[in-house]
Amino acid sequence: MITAASPTDPSELEPLSETSKEQLLEIAMGPQHPSTHGVFRMNVVLDGEHVVRLKPVFGYLHRNHEKIAESETYLGSMPYTDRLDYICSITNNWAYALAVEKLAGIEVPERAEYLRVITGELTRLQNHACLIGFLMQDMGSSGTPLMYAFREREKILDLFESLTGARMMCNYMRFGGCRADLPSGWLDQAKSVVAGFPRFLDEYEQLLVSNEILMDRTQQVGVLSRELAISAGISGPMARASGVDYDIRKVDHYSIYDRFAFRVPLGSHGDVYDRFMVRLLEMRESVGILEQAMRDIPAGPIVDPKMKVRGFRPKPGEAYGRIESPKGELGFYLISDGSPNPYRYRVRPPSLINLTVLEDLCVGRNVADVVAILGSIDIVLGEVDR
Amino acid sequence: MNLEAIKSELEAAVPGCRLELVANPSPSGQHSLRIDAAHAVALALYLRDAPGLRFDFCSNITGIDWPGKQTTEKVKLRKLIDGIEQDIEELRTTTSPGSLEVVYHLYSVKKKHGPLVLRSSTQDRDANVHLPSLTPVWRSAELQEREIFDLFGVVFDGHPDLRRLLLWDEFQDHPMRRDYVEPDDFEYEPTAHDEVLRRANQHLSEAGGKLQSQGGGR
Repeated sequence: MITAASPTDPSELEPLSETSKEQLLEIAMGPQHPSTHGVFRMNVVLDGEHVVRLKPVFGYLHRNHEKIAESETYLGSMPYTDRLDYICSITNNWAYALAVEKLAGIEVPERAEYLRVITGELTRLQNHACLIGFLMQDMGSSGTPLMYAFREREKILDLFESLTGARMMCNYMRFGGCRADLPSGWLDQAKSVVAGFPRFLDEYEQLLVSNEILMDRTQQVGVLSRELAISAGISGPMARASGVDYDIRKVDHYSIYDRFAFRVPLGSHGDVYDRFMVRLLEMRESVGILEQAMRDIPAGPIVDPKMKVRGFRPKPGEAYGRIESPKGELGFYLISDGSPNPYRYRVRPPSLINLTVLEDLCVGRNVADVVAILGSIDIVLGEVDR
Repeated sequence: MNLEAIKSELEAAVPGCRLELVANPSPSGQHSLRIDAAHAVALALYLRDAPGLRFDFCSNITGIDWPGKQTTEKVKLRKLIDGIEQDIEELRTTTSPGSLEVVYHLYSVKKKHGPLVLRSSTQDRDANVHLPSLTPVWRSAELQEREIFDLFGVVFDGHPDLRRLLLWDEFQDHPMRRDYVEPDDFEYEPTAHDEVLRRANQHLSEAGGKLQSQGGGR
């Protein structure tokens, strides 16, 4: 039986060393701490330099997205999903569109599926590149890796801007397809961005993979066992770094992912270094998927012609749809009562659920490791707090 | 993955459990299994560990609020009115207690199947809102059950650390319930009038003051 890592009542705590309980120090890391990626607080109890207890405090960005969506039409919530994980708005759109399509039984045309895969994988590239940059920044490599990542991300955001009109809040998917077709010249521009990406990855790998300081700071730090990862519902690159062979693109065969050849990188140690490496390798696979998708994309409609935009009322029922978002399993659970707005609208936030094990990873480590561990989990507070 | 087969397997494995198939008319075809609260932990353990099922990954847990429905019916009565016995019809309104429902979406990492949808309901929405916590079975329930406790007010017995997750500890009420009313924010409403003015005065009279209308009354 697996239970919480430590008791909640401070008087039950056992210090790690011979220090008496009076010498335990409780500090609040955050909400305004540069390493917390937004407004997030960890109440850390320290015995000297070592973490004895760590309780995360959520909710600084809570606006009850789910309640708002219940009084909004189905389509009206689409732009709001952009604001969940604001680094990867397109995959949020995709997960929501997929859930509604399951709920109402809508078919997606071939070209739209390709557009979804292309934009979704571009989103994954820029998310992983940024995450590695943030992680390095948190660990004190001031500037260089983050700026390299942002240079590449900017090229991808330029593509998003010319396709959707917005760099980050793309609002690109529609039920049964996508909102806009490719502008002329877009595909060539995207092909050149993707063709240049492996060069950036080579550069990044040369800079980081065998960097001694990085290895010292990250190897055997924040080790997550395979059993705990499965039990705690950890998904995405974080679970795969612990050796859990579970990629929803391979398991659910949603969209058209079974048409592309790609591998799922797995880690064997489950430490911060493996989480970093898995993301680096995943970017290579995404580049492969993008090359195949951009080669094969057919002509055709980009939205199901039978789909009504106005007066959309799914028949009563419920559906849970999920995709492999860059952060992990992003799911939407919808209940329709036949009215124009959902009776229940639930977001399954990978960022929040991946934080379940934060305390387990940090207890016994020192404060500087907490920063690296949190950085490797990859959270966006817009999604954690909703 | 056949839900009927899982149901009969569970009934054989956990004696005395009451299971019910809940059909889902949507094209998604995700039908669900209603489990009874008393056997929830035993059922969950069996689903997790049985070699043919192995639902080791509890992906999503969420709450749904089903408020009580008001039903009005006509009742025929004989009553003495002005000394004469008469047949009259009377309208009677009854309110069903409603319930809070918790839904679990289970997958299997080992066997790569799912989702299996489980549902479990509380008896009503006021006093009997207890359900057993499944955190000892799947650790992923820890934060999600705290969120349901916070936003819906379901109390999970056996949860190791049941506190509010997103709202602060002093917060009253549960915002995801359908009948939730937002608290008045009179600082945000500088020119109170009509209904807002009435509620502001009610609010302020408890604090010993009174607000004048700043609208067209002057």
